[in-house]
Amino acid sequence: MNWISNYVRPKINSLFSRRETPENLWSKCPECGTMLFHRELSENLNVCTNCDHHMALTPRERFNALFDGGVYARIEVPEPVADPLQFRDQKKYPDRMRAAQKATGEPEAMLVAQGEIGRTPVVAAAQDFSFMGGSMGMFVGNAIIAAAERAVEQNLPLILFSAAGGARMQEGILSLMQMPRTTVAVQMLKEAGLPYIVVLTHPTTGGVTASYAMLGDIQIAEPNALICFAGPRVIEQTIREKLPEGFQRAEYLLDHGMLDRVTHRKDLRDELITIVRMLTGQSPAVRGDLPPPEPGEDPPADPAPALEPVADSPVEAAKA
Amino acid sequence: MTHYLEFEKPLAEIEGKAEELRALARANEEMDVEQEAAALDQKAADMLKDLYKTLSPWRKCQVARHPERPHCIDYIEALFTEYTPLAGDRNFADDHAVVGGLARLNDRAAMVIGHEKGNDTKTRIERNFGMARPEGYRKAIRLMDIADRFNIPVITLVDTPGAYPGKGAEERGQSEAIARSTEKCLSIGVPLISVIIGEGGSGGAVALATANRVAMLEHSIYSVISPEGCASILWKDAEKMREAAEALRLTAQDLSRLGVVDRIIPEPMGGAQRGRSETIANVGKTIAALLDDLSAKDRGTLIKDRRKKFLAMGSKGLAA
Repeated sequence: MNWISNYVRPKINSLFSRRETPENLWSKCPECGTMLFHRELSENLNVCTNCDHHMALTPRERFNALFDGGVYARIEVPEPVADPLQFRDQKKYPDRMRAAQKATGEPEAMLVAQGEIGRTPVVAAAQDFSFMGGSMGMFVGNAIIAAAERAVEQNLPLILFSAAGGARMQEGILSLMQMPRTTVAVQMLKEAGLPYIVVLTHPTTGGVTASYAMLGDIQIAEPNALICFAGPRVIEQTIREKLPEGFQRAEYLLDHGMLDRVTHRKDLRDELITIVRMLTGQSPAVRGDLPPPEPGEDPPADPAPALEPVADSPVEAAKA
Repeated sequence: MTHYLEFEKPLAEIEGKAEELRALARANEEMDVEQEAAALDQKAADMLKDLYKTLSPWRKCQVARHPERPHCIDYIEALFTEYTPLAGDRNFADDHAVVGGLARLNDRAAMVIGHEKGNDTKTRIERNFGMARPEGYRKAIRLMDIADRFNIPVITLVDTPGAYPGKGAEERGQSEAIARSTEKCLSIGVPLISVIIGEGGSGGAVALATANRVAMLEHSIYSVISPEGCASILWKDAEKMREAAEALRLTAQDLSRLGVVDRIIPEPMGGAQRGRSETIANVGKTIAALLDDLSAKDRGTLIKDRRKKFLAMGSKGLAA
């Protein structure tokens, strides 16, 4: 239950699991220590089969599991100015960036895509904690704005998966300015009458929580995710007392009225489909693993479910 | 008794000597020390000028946090008439770290809101050192709402080390409160002017500073994280705050180059603490000028311009 087991090890595991080298067929659950076969683990969406501990998912893994048939179109994110402050700590910021890009194989800490979930077209954005702690800088801001603009343009809901230690310190004040910038993006969705659903994953902290990650119409969290503004260590240092068990975890926030739901990863996709379809006036969805939509073909109209009659015409399936 | 900052110690010595000489002369009428004392005064004035000509970012942090710097209530009392404080968030409490209410600036009604740090041990504790809890931001939201409904411009005075990292603050939704306050700043159809008068500490500052125009006192700071915090994370050594202050670009001058700050308000030689009334007057003049500038704009334009400004922010880096 310490920082090493909660954060460092899963991070290392997720880095290694990407390469799928034969010597890395097994990984150990950081929570209960069970050895998990890699295929079994990935089929279970990186949730421990023994204790249900939710390990990190990269945006690609998440989108593969989320979209019908694992098919989605990536949305381009406008490239921000590199190293806007010419920031240098013990390393130069561009060197840290290159190292993160090499380790993750990703250009930055957020992936934005469009596709269908249960034949329901949506825009989705997912933050990558393995890329510099998912930190929010100009790129993440641009990604959220691009996602919102696409959603507005095509009249689609936006689902956002957050995971971040907070702001990207190496972009100084400009990382702080992503709080208002991403808030403008959320306002675009609200004004267009489009659902904005936030799924908070472990961990979501700092300036990210204090902006777009807390402004969803519906707030869902994965079990045991750490969600906070100030981290537990900072608070313990400030108030000089031990914090209660489970403090700032998803269930604790649910209890304190800060979330709508805490949902197991295996149920998340279905739940998102259900919510999105109700908020956008569509009929109940067809369940199950759907193949990718045929390219060029109109998405099929929703067949009414066998037992429950649907009052409204289900034709308004998709506007994409 | 003047409070000298660490880097002002040599100055303290000279000014102390001049003071001693004069005290001696008062006790002994035959002594004529005026010439000598005047020379010391001159030396002190030269040194002060020299010290403040080029303040390093870390020294600016110290000046920005100077205990004798004018605080929010000092500005309100000196610049506004008919100040009528309004209290409470209507949910839980009245947060004394955020003050605000109706007031007149040159006879025009305004809603003034700001962080108050307090001036002595008692008031500092009462004000929680200017670190607001969720109730503070929710009070600010409420006051901005009133201003919006009755078409009254909003003026915010920012001076906080950051939002309070406490147990109750987290439980009651610190991050949500900050996010909503930023969102409110971006939604109101009245002029919103923000002045950073001391410390602009991260999300706790942004929540009040997402304004049409942001002005900053010459030696104030505005940053995503305190230099000490940044140093302990990136340098793993809190003593590297000088380097961190440098790297973060948190001075008014750098922020103006980055396009984050619209105007720098000059401080008297030796900082606001050495010329409180002059500083307050300068701030008053700037607020009045910025208000004049915005008063012709209609509601829609004010909202649109504010959002556009933040969306465009950071697109050029230091080349802005």
